[in-house]
Amino acid sequence: MTATTLTPSFDLQQVATRTPASIGRVEITDVSKAYGANQVLRDVSLTVEPGQVVALIGPSGSGKSTLLRTINHLETVDRGSITVDGRYIGYERKGDVLHELREAEILRRRTQVGLVFQNFNLFPHLTAIENVIEAPIALRRQSRAEARSLAEALLARVGLADKAGHYPRQLSGGQQQRVAIARALALSPKVLLFDEPTSALDPELVGEVLDVIRGLARDGTTLIIVTHEIGFAREVADRVVFLDHGEILEQGPPGQVLHRPRHPRTRDFLAKVL
Amino acid sequence: MSGAVRAPVAAADASASALEAARSVPGQVELAAAAPGPERDAARDDHEGRGGRGDGRIDAGLRVVPVRHWGRWIASLVVIFVVLQFLWSLASNPKWEWDVFAEYFFAPSVVNGLWLTLWLTVVAGVAGFVLGALLAVFRLSKSPLLNAAAWWYVWFFRSVPLVVQILVWYNLGYLYPTIGLGTPFTTDFWIAEFQTTTLISAFAAAAIGLSLHQAAYSAEIIRAGILSVDQGQLEAAGALGLPRRIRFFRITLPQAARAIVPNAFNEVIGLVKGTSVVFIVALPELFYTVQVIYNRNQRVIPLLLVAVVWYALITTVLSIAQFYVERRFARGAVRELPPTPLQQARAWAATQWRRLGDTPNGDAPNRDAARGCAAPGTAPPRPAPSGGAPGPDALRDLRDRHPATTRPGGTA
Repeated sequence: MTATTLTPSFDLQQVATRTPASIGRVEITDVSKAYGANQVLRDVSLTVEPGQVVALIGPSGSGKSTLLRTINHLETVDRGSITVDGRYIGYERKGDVLHELREAEILRRRTQVGLVFQNFNLFPHLTAIENVIEAPIALRRQSRAEARSLAEALLARVGLADKAGHYPRQLSGGQQQRVAIARALALSPKVLLFDEPTSALDPELVGEVLDVIRGLARDGTTLIIVTHEIGFAREVADRVVFLDHGEILEQGPPGQVLHRPRHPRTRDFLAKVL
Repeated sequence: MSGAVRAPVAAADASASALEAARSVPGQVELAAAAPGPERDAARDDHEGRGGRGDGRIDAGLRVVPVRHWGRWIASLVVIFVVLQFLWSLASNPKWEWDVFAEYFFAPSVVNGLWLTLWLTVVAGVAGFVLGALLAVFRLSKSPLLNAAAWWYVWFFRSVPLVVQILVWYNLGYLYPTIGLGTPFTTDFWIAEFQTTTLISAFAAAAIGLSLHQAAYSAEIIRAGILSVDQGQLEAAGALGLPRRIRFFRITLPQAARAIVPNAFNEVIGLVKGTSVVFIVALPELFYTVQVIYNRNQRVIPLLLVAVVWYALITTVLSIAQFYVERRFARGAVRELPPTPLQQARAWAATQWRRLGDTPNGDAPNRDAARGCAAPGTAPPRPAPSGGAPGPDALRDLRDRHPATTRPGGTA
């Protein structure tokens, strides 16, 4: 949609409309994790097909955010395995043995999975466009000029072409979150994770962020979204997953989970948030 | 002039008071020039009888009388009196012996001492902060050994008095007559061997002592800065796959610098004067030099003043540097950077210039040019009007729409 702003040196198609074919498949198998005595994930298994949009819902402390962070290896798991397109983020499999990878390799693999935080976590000392180009340049993916033209296209895509030179504190919450999304997209991730992307926003700013996510969903990026916006989950998600106490209690198409929940806990939760 | 560097609220106060003054004593209207903003214009216009402009406090024809701060006025007068009295005594009391001060201020021995002071400060400052940064990183390392080593280092060098440390380095030859390279855990120096006393001069002892001492304090300052960076920043950097080095130098350090810089300058300014402890090894830095001179000629006060004024000059230069370094690292941390004194001065000068060129009907075309001359994104302090005073344009509109608006203040 922003192809008009492009310089020919770089191919936006790669970012904007990803081929939904065989990339971005996430497979979570029997994952458990505890912080001390607190069991936050219990034998969670979940497969997300390429291009699918999955909404994770559930009460606070149900393990949604932890599950999200284990996918890009910001958190390690105690048991179970997580792969993106058949590869582990933190390990290399040789036969039946998993070898822990060096940090540099983990970081390289982690760029396949983008993460958008609840409180944006933009780098406050860098302008919007510097935030976006930091990683592509640091990882030597692109020259500075290429990174800038990509970043300009991405900022235009999230509707912030005119804010490139602004520092995060000069932007509204919704604008900051859109910059954060552009920053995550700059690495062309196969999978994009959203950790309650609108929870820190004023109600009137929620819409602009959801619009951007909606656009990504249409483009066929694999999205896993932790959210409390039930209406939004119903609209964009292919599948809604309900977590409670670290367990997946129910999952299925939004119509089913959100309108005809089978599990009483899902019913309780939805009654409270709707 | 002073009004131009005050905080906006104070400027508004000053302006309001000046307005009062202008109303009662026409000759004092120049006072009002100190504060930029619409009120000042209004005061001037009022005085010059053009009126009809409104002073930014008029709404629906009502006049607002600012609070008079009598206590503040009296206190200010007392302060002015005390300062003037002291300055007068400095000039009139012959015992200050300013001629002696002038004679020794640029004396070669004093200037040599000053260079030694500056040199020691630079060496100990740079070495101290580099070693301190390393210690801070060790201390934050996940390795328990490095962590403990850094902790014990800081503990040791904060415990041992600097004077003792310098003396030990100076007298190291007593403990270890020779130093060399050879088989570890023996005194068999078969590669190289030096006499300790020739290896460690008085200057080396002082520089080593000051640097190691400074490193302990710098380490804590740098560590505090690093800890002050939000954990979310590291998570975000990690999620973007940024390598460790880049995370530290591009993300953490620039943000930590905001907390480090004020304390670091504190340390360096302390170090300038702290270097005077090296008198213990008879190094003729600035303070030791003046002591030697006044012990010889008994002119204690003027020679102490020589040292004091030099220290004050160094501190001034460092403080100015601090202002700009802090400003550099404040980018992004505040919405708008405050104007530098230079920008404020230029804005003030432009205002004065504009006043000179003002046409009689008060509508100079570049009325707001003075504000525009500050760097983009900055503005000289404006009065913060309590009642939401309209800007100059709004004031013009107000006047145009209500030609018969009462004159500012309404008194005549």
